[in-house]
Amino acid sequence: MRPVFSIHGGVHPPENKAQSTAEPIAVIPLAKHFILPLNQHIGAAAQAIVTLGQKVLKGEVLAEAQGLVSAPVHAPTSGEIIAIEERPVPHPSGLSALSIVLQADGKDQWTELSPIEDYHAHAPQHLLEIVRNAGIAGMGGAGFPTAVKLNPRSDQHVSTLILNGTECEPYITADDVLMRERAEEIVAGAELLAYLLKQPKDILIGVEDNKPQAIEALQKAAQNSSVEIVSFPTKYPSGGEKQLIEILTGKQVPSGAIPATIGIVVQNVGTVLAAWRAVRYGEPLLSRITTIVGDSLAKQRNIDVPLGTPIEHILKEHGWQQERCARIVIGGPMMGFAIDHADVPVIKTTNCVLVPSTEEMPAQPPAQACIRCGMCAEACPASLLPQQLLWYSQSENHEQLRSHNLFDCIECGACSYVCPSNIPLVQYYRASKGEIRKQDQEKEKSDRSRLRFESRKTRIEKAEAEKEAKRLARKKAAEEAKKIQAEKAKLKQSDSGESNIVSAAIAAASEKAVDPEKEKAKLERAFSSAESRVSRAKEQLQKAQDEGADDSRIESLKARLKQAEQKLNEAQNKLAEFANRAPATSERVLQKLAASPQEKVEKAIASVEKRLASAEEKLAEARENNSPTLAALEQGVAKLKEKLEQNRSELAQVKAESGTSTPSQTATQTEDLTLNAAQQAIEKAKAKAAAQANLSAEEKQAQQLESLLSRLEKAKQRLQKAEAENNENVDAFRMGVDKLQAKLDQAQAAQKENSEVGS
Amino acid sequence: MAFISRSSPHAYTAGTTGTVMLTVLLATLPGIVVLTFYFGLGTIFNLLTALLFCLGFEALALQARKKPITFYLKDCSAAVTAVLLALALPPYSPWWLMATGCFFAIVVAKQLYGGLGFNPFNPAMVGYIVLLISFPLEMSQWAAPASINDNQSLPSLLESLRQVFAVQAFDGYTAATPLDILKQNTSLELSELYASTPAFSQGRWAGAAWEWVNLSFLLGGVFLLYKKVFTWHAPVAMLTTLALCATIFYDGGSSSSTGSPLFHLFSGATMLGAFFIVTDPVSSAVSNRGRLIYGALIGILVFVIRVWGNYPDAIAFAVLLMNFAAPFIDYYTKPTTYGHGANK
Repeated sequence: MRPVFSIHGGVHPPENKAQSTAEPIAVIPLAKHFILPLNQHIGAAAQAIVTLGQKVLKGEVLAEAQGLVSAPVHAPTSGEIIAIEERPVPHPSGLSALSIVLQADGKDQWTELSPIEDYHAHAPQHLLEIVRNAGIAGMGGAGFPTAVKLNPRSDQHVSTLILNGTECEPYITADDVLMRERAEEIVAGAELLAYLLKQPKDILIGVEDNKPQAIEALQKAAQNSSVEIVSFPTKYPSGGEKQLIEILTGKQVPSGAIPATIGIVVQNVGTVLAAWRAVRYGEPLLSRITTIVGDSLAKQRNIDVPLGTPIEHILKEHGWQQERCARIVIGGPMMGFAIDHADVPVIKTTNCVLVPSTEEMPAQPPAQACIRCGMCAEACPASLLPQQLLWYSQSENHEQLRSHNLFDCIECGACSYVCPSNIPLVQYYRASKGEIRKQDQEKEKSDRSRLRFESRKTRIEKAEAEKEAKRLARKKAAEEAKKIQAEKAKLKQSDSGESNIVSAAIAAASEKAVDPEKEKAKLERAFSSAESRVSRAKEQLQKAQDEGADDSRIESLKARLKQAEQKLNEAQNKLAEFANRAPATSERVLQKLAASPQEKVEKAIASVEKRLASAEEKLAEARENNSPTLAALEQGVAKLKEKLEQNRSELAQVKAESGTSTPSQTATQTEDLTLNAAQQAIEKAKAKAAAQANLSAEEKQAQQLESLLSRLEKAKQRLQKAEAENNENVDAFRMGVDKLQAKLDQAQAAQKENSEVGS
Repeated sequence: MAFISRSSPHAYTAGTTGTVMLTVLLATLPGIVVLTFYFGLGTIFNLLTALLFCLGFEALALQARKKPITFYLKDCSAAVTAVLLALALPPYSPWWLMATGCFFAIVVAKQLYGGLGFNPFNPAMVGYIVLLISFPLEMSQWAAPASINDNQSLPSLLESLRQVFAVQAFDGYTAATPLDILKQNTSLELSELYASTPAFSQGRWAGAAWEWVNLSFLLGGVFLLYKKVFTWHAPVAMLTTLALCATIFYDGGSSSSTGSPLFHLFSGATMLGAFFIVTDPVSSAVSNRGRLIYGALIGILVFVIRVWGNYPDAIAFAVLLMNFAAPFIDYYTKPTTYGHGANK
């Protein structure tokens, strides 16, 4: 016998289970209409895929799951879709929710199913998909999609699978009769789940000892299997998932965690049966066992009822005396919720419909003051202090509620049950939980908007600062511009040819040398501004001379020009100097470049060696186990060895090369080369500039014309080539040619004009 | 037809706070019978006057607080306070003494704090302490038990009435209680004291009459435990530490002896306190662990005050002192919630 553990607290309310277990599971005539809410489970509501008026067969999908934590909805019988609208659903709030309404045609005609004879031939993932598509959700009352629970995270190994057949709530006997009548299928389902969960060490079915017939049936069915039936003393709420885990394993699920974190998965026996039928027979979840009980009924029993059957229809079939009925409770008397109308349907989680008479369940007397008797704390299975929680709930002290672990309350109702002052404790806790959740949401929302506001403020501040900086910069620039303009007013005369070319050459030269972009850009700017000043000065001087201005003005302009030229020289020198300096910075880069081949190869060798070692290890292992992958592994090792050889020879080569020319030498050489190139370019440019300076305007124009002509020629040739080759850039070439042609035309026109003026 | 829609649970235990209180009252019956047997009608008069004043004050206070009077009177908490106060005061207490005690118990200690469930101190004990400090003479006049009152029979009904309504006090009906005698004894060895004093010589192990009074309250306490009106933790802890202290300090019976463990367990208000005062849920610690600490400390305080304090008995002081400490104890004895402790 497996030892069972005891849990804290608990109560022993009258069981009231005999009323509904006298008869075997029955079936009632089909209802005319079936109401199928799209959200019968925890998670996202399913999405309808049928249209109004569509004829469907039993087992056909009506609504598809949305996302991972969701479950599809199927047609419980054949018929026609007559509405997709809001309908009252079994929910404590009395809410309506989107539902598909199916009008039964009475034929109860099945759609085609695909049974699986031997599930061992299928991968667990495939079977999980079947369970998911069958729309199975926890049938013990919570309605959590089963496939999700059966697919724990890869880092959570499930060592214990527990089937929950506790059914500790008074009145409810749905699982009891199910275990009595369908024990073989439950055991088969347990084995299926074990297969899905990669064979947990223990497969347990926990049943309270007030169900001897169920225990006997299960034990008989589990004789030749690894499934173990564990019975334990009856006490409410032993059937709570966390409580059952503690009873069977002695372990507690950490607060806020799921059982899988301690290697346990718990499933209700009804759920397991549904999963088994889904895999074995291909049947989606279309019906469930529901206990129909209460003194206001003529007949109390368990029925196998299609999902979506209106509770009104069921009650009528059981001789319901509405006027004697105190309330309609969905679920048991401890955790069930009362509904105000019987027009709601049976859904996947409806394990019991309790319709007690007024004598059976009289209204509770009004609440009195708490006398702190502590009976609630004695009864609490979560070891909470219910009276402290009540106190803090009443004073809305959320901080204390949290520190007294309000959220570990499972709302089992044991505290309210024992309270001599008839205080609706659970109701207080539910309200407080709701309030705290709401507050948390609001806090999160306000936190988010505060963050948004703050970042917006900083953004605006930043933008302002930037604007201010720009304004200052503009102001400075304007002042400078003013200065320049003042200078400009004094200077005239121009000729631009020389400096332009020189500057371009120098720019090109300095580009050749590797250098920090910024410094280069700065120098270039200085240079071009000096150059433009020179050109403007020249222009002004020329103009003054042309206009025959008086000598003193010309003198002053000449002096200005000289000054500008000096500045230009200076800038030029600086730029040249920079071009000389630049290679020094590039040295490091070059060194790195020069050094890297050797390093690279060395690194490659190290990694290959490592891989080789591990591959050899694997090979040895494979040899020991006589693995079928032996040949492949041998091949792999051979290949790696080859690669290593290759790398080694490469290294030798690289070393030899670096022996002939050391990195530093290479660097100096490169440096010299760059320097030379820059100087040469500068020389060339200077020469060119000097040559051009000697040319007249006409000559310059002629030269320009010539160069344009030659460029045009070249471009035309390129275009022809491209056309011949059917190059994709033909259009671009053609456009280039057109542009050059236009430029040429312009230049020619200018020349003509010039010559006319000259004559 | 719309059905009532209320949240779970839909089942609850039969009975109300009133039933709990009535059970407690029932459990005091053996004690009342024994007290009356030994001390005459004085106990009954005490009970009647106390009930009258307590219920009267409760009704007035509820009226002033605009609360439904019958609804609150039905919880019987005022009746319990009345009975406990009546049993704690000397029999034949004059009416004005009782009225004062009841006023402080019900109006000051209970209703001013917000009524049942909100009082930090045990109302009956507050009433008792106020009287003990204000009227020490009246509070020390315990009637002599019938068995040792040889010179005089118990007061008659008429004499009792005269005494209670303070028309004319009758003399010579009082006698020192065993606790008084032991406290004042400085010269005799314990065995000599036991032999020479009728209060001890006529008793078996803890003093005439008182041992039976205590036994009868113990009986009532066991009944309440059986009825699960409270848990065993506080009373057992209190009796254990009291007996333990008495054992440690018992010197075998010298003239300065503090008294034997049996003497302490069955003298004065020990059992009444352990099962009817210490177990008052409203003003005690809430968790079982807390109640163990609460009870144990009361036991120690009772012994300390009895032996080294000025008053012969100490239940009321000890309980009130620990009422102060109860919230503090609660703070440090929160039980470990499921899933918050280390796994077994």
